[in-house]
Amino acid sequence: MSSPDGTAPPDRPDGTAAEEPRIEDLVHEDAGPTPRFGGLASEHAEHEAAAADAEVMTESGVEDAGTTTAPVTPTETGGKLELGPVGHLGDRLFGGLARGSGGLVVLIVAFVGIFLLALAIPALIDDKSNFLFSRIWEPGGDQPRFGIAALFYTTVISSIIAMLIAVPIAIGVALFVTYYAPKRLAAPVAHAVDLLAAVPSIIYGLWGILFFAPILRPVINGLSTALGWIPLFEKPPGDNVGVVFTASVVLAIMILPVVTAISREIFAQTPIAHREGALALGATRWEMIRLSVLPYGRSGVVSASMLGLGRALGETVAVLIILSVPNGNDPWNSSIFAGGETFASKIANNAAEFDSPEKTGAYIAAGLVLFVVTFLVNSAARIIVDRSAPGTKRPRRNRRAGAATEGASA
Amino acid sequence: MAKRIEVSGLNVYYGDFKAVEDVSMTVEPRSVTAFIGPSGCGKSTFLRTLNRMHEVIPGARVEGKVMLDQQDLYGAGIDPVAVRRVVGMVFQRPNPFPTMSIFDNVASGLKLNGVKDRKKLTEVVESSLKGANLWNEVKDRLDKPGAGLSGGQQQRLCIARAIAVEPEVILMDEPCSALDPISTLAIEDLIEKLKDRFTVVIVTHNMQQAARVSDQTAFFNLAATGKPGRLIEMAPTKQIFSNPAEKATEDYITGRFG
Amino acid sequence: MTAVAENKPAYDGKVLDLTGKSGARAFKNTLATVLIVLAFAVAMIPLLWILFTVVSKGYHLLLSADWWSQSQRGITVRRAGGGAYHAIMGTLIMALITAVIAVPIAILGAIYLVEYGKGTRAAKVVSFMIDILTGVPSIVAALFVYAVWITVFGFNRVGFAVSLSLVLLMLPVVLRSTEEMLKLVPDELREASYALGVPKWKTILKVVVPTAFGGIITGVMLGLARVMGETAPLLILVGYSKNINLNPFNGFMGALPTMINQDRTELALPNAADRVWAAALTLILLVLALNLLARLIARFSAIKSK
Repeated sequence: MSSPDGTAPPDRPDGTAAEEPRIEDLVHEDAGPTPRFGGLASEHAEHEAAAADAEVMTESGVEDAGTTTAPVTPTETGGKLELGPVGHLGDRLFGGLARGSGGLVVLIVAFVGIFLLALAIPALIDDKSNFLFSRIWEPGGDQPRFGIAALFYTTVISSIIAMLIAVPIAIGVALFVTYYAPKRLAAPVAHAVDLLAAVPSIIYGLWGILFFAPILRPVINGLSTALGWIPLFEKPPGDNVGVVFTASVVLAIMILPVVTAISREIFAQTPIAHREGALALGATRWEMIRLSVLPYGRSGVVSASMLGLGRALGETVAVLIILSVPNGNDPWNSSIFAGGETFASKIANNAAEFDSPEKTGAYIAAGLVLFVVTFLVNSAARIIVDRSAPGTKRPRRNRRAGAATEGASA
Repeated sequence: MAKRIEVSGLNVYYGDFKAVEDVSMTVEPRSVTAFIGPSGCGKSTFLRTLNRMHEVIPGARVEGKVMLDQQDLYGAGIDPVAVRRVVGMVFQRPNPFPTMSIFDNVASGLKLNGVKDRKKLTEVVESSLKGANLWNEVKDRLDKPGAGLSGGQQQRLCIARAIAVEPEVILMDEPCSALDPISTLAIEDLIEKLKDRFTVVIVTHNMQQAARVSDQTAFFNLAATGKPGRLIEMAPTKQIFSNPAEKATEDYITGRFG
Repeated sequence: MTAVAENKPAYDGKVLDLTGKSGARAFKNTLATVLIVLAFAVAMIPLLWILFTVVSKGYHLLLSADWWSQSQRGITVRRAGGGAYHAIMGTLIMALITAVIAVPIAILGAIYLVEYGKGTRAAKVVSFMIDILTGVPSIVAALFVYAVWITVFGFNRVGFAVSLSLVLLMLPVVLRSTEEMLKLVPDELREASYALGVPKWKTILKVVVPTAFGGIITGVMLGLARVMGETAPLLILVGYSKNINLNPFNGFMGALPTMINQDRTELALPNAADRVWAAALTLILLVLALNLLARLIARFSAIKSK
């Protein structure tokens, strides 16, 4: 422990700060009482076996067998004090458990990746069509042919539209909570928005297709009449409301609480000096927000949007219920006013088909692509925060906001 | 109880930065020793090396010897946990454990080290609270949370907590800097009383306080910012404040600098 | 809006506007206010609408004792009757197993990140892996367990497999919230404990964790609420059973989301529709109750940072 780690804490180049080490500013690597034991997961397993009797030894202060130093014998007459090791088996066990849990998390993630890959690769090798660019999905049989182009398109387009709808509203709600709502109203309002995250996604799906989709019909008709010359907005014949656009709007509602919670937290952190600076210059409330709050929170809002996007990409059941699966004979349609399938809804829709490793492998391959896309989007969100966060400790807090509002979504 | 501390040739580093250089001193048992000096001179850092509390900061290390009577606190086979059981500490801001009652706060040192005997705990809590001049104020609400006390009471609670484990030495790191004048007086009275039983070392920014409570005073200073802090002079308090040997000490205590 | 160009706002330092806001600036300010309040209203509509829909359509079945004590055994889609006991129990059992596995790993993992590994490269790796896990969609978690449990080991589709996949979803939620709470515990308390000669592990167990306890429980509740509403793993990893099955290692199991899913295509039939909405209301009540409880605990046990 008394070995230098080679780097002086950054706030300590001049002597002034050195006197009172501000613990909270410094990394708290090891609290000292414990010499740094190896603490490997494997080591802790063997200690666990000895845990029962070892515990007793620790409590009574008996020399812990693992320590190499000679015991210091206490003298009765008070001259010498017992300053030898006081039994750190508890420390070693507990530290080992903690480290083991950390290692377990790494193992779990590695296993997820390895298993999915191991099962996907054989199916991919057998694939007779181009996995990335084909729109056909006919796994299984002698000539399995499957590609993810259509799934990828529907997944990404529905999530992006959801993000485009949700972000402006989320910014508005976040500003309302932080700078517009009366103080007493702000907290309940914030909680109400958080409750949106608590509604299970299957209920969003049911409500979305049964109650919400019908009122979207005029919107769909209006948009397709006005912009129908663009293929994206071309409405196929029929009166289907179980379309990508409907799914997007419902997804927007579902990711709203996540985006709101993170934006809210960042807006609230705008330094009071910036805000008062603007106000003192005679800015209106909106000008104050435009001048100080929005620039300060920009990177945070971008990353919140990305996290929302990540959530939308992986959403399963709501999309599964809302989106009508196109008839296999119809030509593929890129319009957002047509039905379709996302990665997640495709997999969930066909759970009954997982009867042979080849078929399962195809769906797992699709799941892997979804995993990679979600991961890239989430990483991008984090990189943006880490790079441009005006505050130092921000990224962590943001993540918590994401986690805390992660109510029930499937 | 109460032991002599002999420090010789002590250097303290944070990583590559030398914060304190070549300190040697003797702290007498059953006395109060005050460390004074300008901000950043390393006196709190040095104080923390006396019970190895500096080790909670990564990269902090010492060279040199700290002898507690015959034992080197940095010798081979010495466990910092054991050191802290005999060299207690009171911090700048009162820090009672928020989840524990007054009783449990005082008993925490014993309880966490495995003492379960309720009768013994009750005795120790009472005698420690009495020793910290707090008994009369809290004896009817020992089961209430410690965080509910006033700042000065909380600090005395922390002192009671420190003396409950019967240490040899009590280190105090600016124990009154977060307190009002009345509470400060109460703590100073208490320090006077503690020195009958313990070796007390106190870091203070308040020179009147050093003059009032201490027997010995050590003046720390640094040559310039970025340079390590050093012990300039250590002498009986009366002498330091009336007839210091060093010019820097005189400048500091007469307020000409720092 | 041409007025804006001439009457440059005062912060540019060019024009000192001491008479008050110009018409255009006041208008913009009002417009922004209206839009922001409107955004809030728009966000509230779905919440109230969903709650109203589910409550009004589902509440009457919840009033009968049968709903809470009977299964759907032998009840066909056209018939009324039966209850959701099998599904409620299934949801609770699977959530409980998930929590039993995930919570200890999550709390110990957070202790590792905050107390033992802080600043080390290993901790950064662990932290990164948790970020990955946070982003894993539930369907991918379900596929993974399918790959291990069914494809590789050849076990059957059972409730326990669902719990395993839910662990992947709950773990990062609880771990991150616990980590945040542990970080909020002031270092002064750790120091106070060390200064009493208390070893590190006891300091963590007896001082740090109790101080953060309320926050940790809040995280557990929110994690539970999240996994209880998950549907995708249920669809893939366990069949829906109308009968009461309390054994997570054998046979299909009912659960509230799959009970909803079971009859959702038959909503034209009044009895099926009643069941679907009643099951939805039951699920919302469970999840909302956990959320509200979590927030209450959080409010009453917030760490006081002076």
